[in-house]
Amino acid sequence: MTAATDIDRTLTAPVRKTPMGTFDLVFRNASLVAALFVLVLLAGIMVSMVVGGWPAFREFGLGFLTSSVWDTQNEQYGAWPAIVGTLSTALIALVVGVPLSLGIAVFLTQLAPPWFKQPVSTAIELLAAVPSIIYGMWGLFVFVPLFAAYVQIPLSNLVEGMPVVGTILYSRSPSGLGILTAGIILAFMIIPFIASITRDMLDQIPSVLRESAYGIGATTWEVVRHVLVPQAGVSIIGAVMLGLGRALGETMAVTFVVGNANRLSSSVMDPGSTIASRIANEFNEALGLQLNALIALGCILFFVTFVVLVIARLLVARVKRY
Amino acid sequence: MTMATPAKPTAAPHVEWGRVRSSRRMADRLMKIIATSFTLIAIVVLFWILGMLIVKGLGGLSAATFTQVTPGPGSEGGGLANAIVGSIVLTFLGIAVATPVGVLAGTYLAEYGKASKLAELIRFINDILLSAPSILIGLFVYVVMVEPFRGYSGWAGGVALGIIAIPVIVRTTEDMLRLVPGSLREAGAALGAPPSVVITSVTWRAAKSGMVTGILLALARIAGETAPLIFTALNNNFWFSPTLVGGVSNLPVTIYQFASAPYENWQQLAWAGSLIITVSILVLSIIARRIVRGGK
Repeated sequence: MTAATDIDRTLTAPVRKTPMGTFDLVFRNASLVAALFVLVLLAGIMVSMVVGGWPAFREFGLGFLTSSVWDTQNEQYGAWPAIVGTLSTALIALVVGVPLSLGIAVFLTQLAPPWFKQPVSTAIELLAAVPSIIYGMWGLFVFVPLFAAYVQIPLSNLVEGMPVVGTILYSRSPSGLGILTAGIILAFMIIPFIASITRDMLDQIPSVLRESAYGIGATTWEVVRHVLVPQAGVSIIGAVMLGLGRALGETMAVTFVVGNANRLSSSVMDPGSTIASRIANEFNEALGLQLNALIALGCILFFVTFVVLVIARLLVARVKRY
Repeated sequence: MTMATPAKPTAAPHVEWGRVRSSRRMADRLMKIIATSFTLIAIVVLFWILGMLIVKGLGGLSAATFTQVTPGPGSEGGGLANAIVGSIVLTFLGIAVATPVGVLAGTYLAEYGKASKLAELIRFINDILLSAPSILIGLFVYVVMVEPFRGYSGWAGGVALGIIAIPVIVRTTEDMLRLVPGSLREAGAALGAPPSVVITSVTWRAAKSGMVTGILLALARIAGETAPLIFTALNNNFWFSPTLVGGVSNLPVTIYQFASAPYENWQQLAWAGSLIITVSILVLSIIARRIVRGGK
């Protein structure tokens, strides 16, 4: 008996009692703590937004979401114009950006010769590396004047007096700044994300599927339309949602070109504001309740993007496993 | 899936063969033209942005840009020296905060957590943080670091940038560690090394270049971030205090404030700053990509 425990001890003891064993334990726990910190971060962001915005939510209740007043003199705040601005710029970004991204993904995976694919892929990915503020500079100093001269003014003249389009597309002051401009700039910013995920998804589809479709005489378009898109379907929607998540929270580029108007206009050509642009614009001068109202706006943005990103990740992940 | 759809090609062979084929060919050609021109549009935008920066930025660049501090309203000349140094300090502070946390968390996911429920949850949340709006992270740091201490500081700015960098580093570290073959770990374990030693001196070493790439990518990601700095490090037109308390000048916020200002020298400096920041970020991303490709 004693001999056996002695042997037992000599076998196990050195591993447990050396400094190495302590280091092992410390390292393991340190990495666990670091991993848990990721969870703490997200929870912390959520709690700080709710707590910081609470005074505004308490003061205005549900009316904070639906009110269009933003009056710093009388301390009346409502989120509606910023919510509508955020949603409409993001929607425009998707309408413009998704077809472009899908076209790029199809070009990269189906049409580009191998030697050409790599440099073009890199160029598209570099679009994602360009900082948001540079898009803002390009938008404000290059795109906005061109947009005002060649789109806003002719289009306003054309649609003036027409029902519906006459209000949506008419610009009272064709400065080039506005919701539509912001949406188009956002479209270029989300293209690299949607395009590269879609490209990866299309690349993952076994080439046997493609080849058999070509084998029965399908054209490239038919292969894309009837074989590749149905195969990658859900993950493409996931990629689009990911782009939507980006577009909703994008700040600097939008702040440069959206016009930063507090009113809600019925035309996409008129200046407006988004949640992010309003926070960036007013935060440093904000005091008291205005500060809380801005953080409350941030809270709304957090929950909207959170839901969108959760859906996006679930859709993308489902297909990855497959 | 393909079986369920009615077999289209069989319907066409006899009648109107030529016309059907030409319409299909038209659709195909149209799609190819559209896809190619969409790609062209994106590339044109990239080079348009770069061209604009070079044309307008080079004119504003001079020796003074790197030696003088940012000018006050209405004063002549000036440079970006304090903003450039401030940006470098803030960015490296962010990386210094993010690297230990990110690498350890990535190591946990790849080596300890693996497919456990907790690891899956952390992975999922990390992916969400990866695309969370940076302005919210700025607000978060404002609420927890700026408001309680009643003042903007470089430390808050560094932490905000660090929080943005963490998910990038977690993700790449995990991906790179997973590429290390299991036999290497087993060989280390067979020599009697405990898991921590296997990880630090075998797995990390094997994945080193990939992990460095992740840190470079994180660096490129945060170097141009503007929104979170507005609420944390702010900006000013002087040399910042070495304790980093109070506003710390930095390139992105300087560009934001100078770009639409009515002073011509401010606008020129904004362009010069944009050129400097974009070129550094693009060079960083290209180097990171090279390392990945070389490593494979």
